[in-house]
Amino acid sequence: MKFTLSWLKDHLETDASVDEIVEALTDLGLEVEDVSNPAERLAGFTLGKVVHAEKHPDADKLRVCKVATDEGELQIICGAPNAREGITVVVCKPGMYIPGLDITISVGKIRGVESYGMMASERELELSDEHDGIIELPSGEVGDRFVDWLAANSPSKVDTMIEIAITPNRPDALGVRGIALDLAARGLGKMKPAKTATIEGTFESPISVTIDDDTKTDGCEVFAGRLIKGVKNGPSPQWLQDRLKAIGLRPISALVDITNFFTFDRNRPLHVFDADKVNGNLRVHRTQGGETLMGLDEKEYTFAPGMVVISDDEGVESIGGIMGGLPTGCTEETTNVFLEAAVWDHIQIAYTGRGLKINTDARYRNERGIDPAYNMQAMEDATQMILDLCGGEASNIVTAGEVPDVSRAYKLDTDRVQSLVGMKIPAETQRATLEALGFTIEGDMAHVPSWRPDVRGSADLVEEVARIASLTKLEGKPMPRATAGLPEQILSPMQKREQIARRTTAALGYNECVTYSFIDKAAAELFGGGSDATMLENPISSEMSHMRPSLLPGLLQAAARNQARGFMDMALFECGAVFHGGEPGEQENLLTGILVGRTVGKDIHGESRGVDIYDAKADMEAVMEALGAPAKLTYNRGVNGWWHPGRSAKVGLGPKKILGAFGEIHPKVLDALNVKGPVVAFAIHIADIPLPRKKSASKGAVTMSDLQAVERDFAFVVDGDVEALTLVNAAAGADKALIENVRVFDEFIGGALGEGKKSLAITVRLQPTDKTLKEADIEAVAAKIVEKVTKATGGTLRG
Amino acid sequence: MDDLRIKYIDAIAAAADEAALEELRLQAVGKKGEVSLKMRELGKMTPEERQVAGPALNALKNEINSALAAKKVALADAALDARLATEWLDVTLPARNRRVGTIHPISQVTEEVTAIFADMGFSVAEGPQIETDWYNFDALNIPGHHPARAEMDTFYTHRAEGDERPPHVLRTHTSPVQIRSMEKTGAPIRIICPGRVYRADYDQTHTPMFHQVEGLALGRDISMANLKWVLEEFFSAFFGTEVKTRFRASHFPFTEPSAEVDIQCSWEGGTVKVGEGDDWLEVLGSGMVHPKVLEAGGIDPNEYQGFAFGIGIDRLAMLKYGIPDLRAFFDSDLRWLRHYGFASLDQPTLHGGLNR
Repeated sequence: MKFTLSWLKDHLETDASVDEIVEALTDLGLEVEDVSNPAERLAGFTLGKVVHAEKHPDADKLRVCKVATDEGELQIICGAPNAREGITVVVCKPGMYIPGLDITISVGKIRGVESYGMMASERELELSDEHDGIIELPSGEVGDRFVDWLAANSPSKVDTMIEIAITPNRPDALGVRGIALDLAARGLGKMKPAKTATIEGTFESPISVTIDDDTKTDGCEVFAGRLIKGVKNGPSPQWLQDRLKAIGLRPISALVDITNFFTFDRNRPLHVFDADKVNGNLRVHRTQGGETLMGLDEKEYTFAPGMVVISDDEGVESIGGIMGGLPTGCTEETTNVFLEAAVWDHIQIAYTGRGLKINTDARYRNERGIDPAYNMQAMEDATQMILDLCGGEASNIVTAGEVPDVSRAYKLDTDRVQSLVGMKIPAETQRATLEALGFTIEGDMAHVPSWRPDVRGSADLVEEVARIASLTKLEGKPMPRATAGLPEQILSPMQKREQIARRTTAALGYNECVTYSFIDKAAAELFGGGSDATMLENPISSEMSHMRPSLLPGLLQAAARNQARGFMDMALFECGAVFHGGEPGEQENLLTGILVGRTVGKDIHGESRGVDIYDAKADMEAVMEALGAPAKLTYNRGVNGWWHPGRSAKVGLGPKKILGAFGEIHPKVLDALNVKGPVVAFAIHIADIPLPRKKSASKGAVTMSDLQAVERDFAFVVDGDVEALTLVNAAAGADKALIENVRVFDEFIGGALGEGKKSLAITVRLQPTDKTLKEADIEAVAAKIVEKVTKATGGTLRG
Repeated sequence: MDDLRIKYIDAIAAAADEAALEELRLQAVGKKGEVSLKMRELGKMTPEERQVAGPALNALKNEINSALAAKKVALADAALDARLATEWLDVTLPARNRRVGTIHPISQVTEEVTAIFADMGFSVAEGPQIETDWYNFDALNIPGHHPARAEMDTFYTHRAEGDERPPHVLRTHTSPVQIRSMEKTGAPIRIICPGRVYRADYDQTHTPMFHQVEGLALGRDISMANLKWVLEEFFSAFFGTEVKTRFRASHFPFTEPSAEVDIQCSWEGGTVKVGEGDDWLEVLGSGMVHPKVLEAGGIDPNEYQGFAFGIGIDRLAMLKYGIPDLRAFFDSDLRWLRHYGFASLDQPTLHGGLNR
């Protein structure tokens, strides 16, 4: 919402400076977004008088002028045709900046004659496009400041423009008068009484108006109109044009400019029809669907069923409360005008406006709310202005529907400001504040003014009082703890777990990423997503169309971007939500890490190698352990298709209870995402790891035997597809009490073993608990281990 | 006997290596060594002679043994020194590469915020990112036609043909978690809700996804003055310097009265410094929870009141850690992650301080 200082002063009698006004507006909740003050850039210019002018000795079109100024007489060379003796001019002295030319004036020689400044044209001072000659003022004394002269004689030229942001609750501030009222309530001035007109109609309006029954309740509440005949349309007066231009509107014609004036002056959109182009009477109704209208913006609109429009006998002529139609629009030739003032249902306006994608000042206001009680008076006030500017004769007013009664009152509890906001404001001040805003107080009830649709309860009264008093006066007050003593643990076990997962993964050398929750459909499909249920109706781009089914695509795309920048080796992870469906709650927090390229960069110590699944497995197990997963995990094949089928596994507690996965990413997936592989990865379903069953923090006693432990190595030759875990479990099962652990320390494939065979070597650690092991004991266990392993794997002890 | 002593002590001192030393040991105190032979002669002596010669021979034997041991150590030391002198490594060669991980600023700042509010008794609540329009809008006093809906640049989810339910939304703020938490635990309540939020906006300073933290405190007498105190405590702890706030009247459908909150700052050479100077920076929206919102959460507005606020986590991170571009947060550029990331063990706590 833009307005100018002089416009504000039409409604507000005030001595406040622009700075004071701006500060108050922002503090009142009408946040100032821009202030432009033309007086600032004209501040240095003063008036002068040409006391002598003669032709330049070397140039026909130049004149050498002697100009009286506040710094004595100056010689100025001037090329303007009107530069002559006796005129009062605006002087630019050396060192001054000329905004319209974007130069700073200096002393110079023009064709051999010295010039000590310049006399300005309107364009050079950015006052208008006028550049046929220099400014000639009809009054003013030598040395007067030009801005002072303008302020006195042409105030619109030095009018400060202020732009404020309007929150949706304050439609009243979409009119200059509403803004003035807020400032007056704050104490920055006094409201001037509104001019009200009453025009008696001298004849019957030949156009009548009706509202269809189905449109009355939630379409158009009241529709008033009158004909004004014999008007003379044409450019509106300069002051009106200046006003509109100052707030960025283009003056069109007196009739149209008058409606725009009321839109901004009183938050009161109006419409004018050229009555000679209206066929028959006007009817407000709902559309069937399929009707069309060429709007005033010269675009054709096609209506959906149920939109509210105004039609004559020919068809739709105006989109009620949003935009008029071109065929019945006013032009310079209009002589008979039908003026409309109506109150539209604001939800209906929002629906129609959104549906037709029309944004006009009228829609903006009708959607947020206008003052319905002003409807009939607006008719009179606008008629007066048309008669004043265009002449003519007004008919009586025709009306359909009724002005809605929006009167309501709420209890004013003057203690509430203290208890809710924490400010002490005397009850009397509170009542005075509300009255200044247009409320009427009866006992402890506050009646809401008709222009404040936002006030809907007692809490709103508190808000108004506090707002006008200024929230800057609010002093902080300590908030005691909710309970005595130390605060309780506030993170849930899952939140704590996420934190541990994050920090453990980072400690393992991964860089945490935060990638977008939405990805492109193709990438989502690669990871089992991309369904319509997870699709956005209005994505910002096709790259961000589907909710991610997995953290892998985001991380892999990040890897591809980094590879494109020349970074080939990396470890990335993300901890965040993935979406299994489109319903709230169909989301799950995962932690996923990827390893790309080599374990470390090129390395003098010879340790650099390509990452493999055992790196991912180690990191996954470390994170699982940190999260309290049981030590004994199961590894099953058959993971989803985006993993390498032979180099990946589901990790869990049995084949049904899956806690995560690790492995190599399928080369086709990497290809599709432009990642240079191989890439290994792991993913953990953080929430699926069982919480510890016991409540106690006690870890129990540790068992540390004093007896010497013994380690024995075995090597078995087995078929190539026998998994190490089968062998290890078999060995460990040989004597569960004695065998502390079994570790695989060597794998050898092929060679002398023959095709399809491999050798796996294990170390078995025996930890006696009651007596030292004798050789015979060890031999007995060893025999059992061999027996168990050969039985479980079909292998043989390697000789 | 003195001759013997001088002979062996000198020889031991002059021995060149361990072999020579062993030779000398055998010569002197070995089974057939000179000193040993002399000791055998003791038996033939008179008791008087023995009383003199015995201790002297023992002393000599001890002296020679000590000298042998000392020399052995000296020789070993010399040999080690000689070996070490040859064992030279270039200490300027690079160390073994080790990957160093980092924590993203969003996670770090979320934990910082959590640590501060935890101390004031706020717990952490969470909610779904795909929300029903009821939780995201209606329950927050934003009915279907409200202009705020259009202004929020909402992402809607797709509805299958024939599914007449209103589309779900990607939550445009963390405020729906307020409602879900009120429904779950009722009042009194103190929560913060950090998380991802979404708005269809993408330019220099906007990304379609960003992070917010919502705060909600309901009690019987919690006022806006408490809100101001809580926020000032928060900002001062977060930025590590006393930060003043300025409240300005504003409007949000879900609070009443509503206030925009500015924090004190200065601008120097285009960079902002919080907690000093005369300028104000708008950082959050807040207010007293609207009675309709309390009702939507199943709480009686005649019994309970309190405040709510929402602030951008990304914004806080940018301000505190001097990160210029929001869009880079989500780009995962390794250089950015390493530069702006935090050490894995640098977990923010109040007792350890939130500023480094």
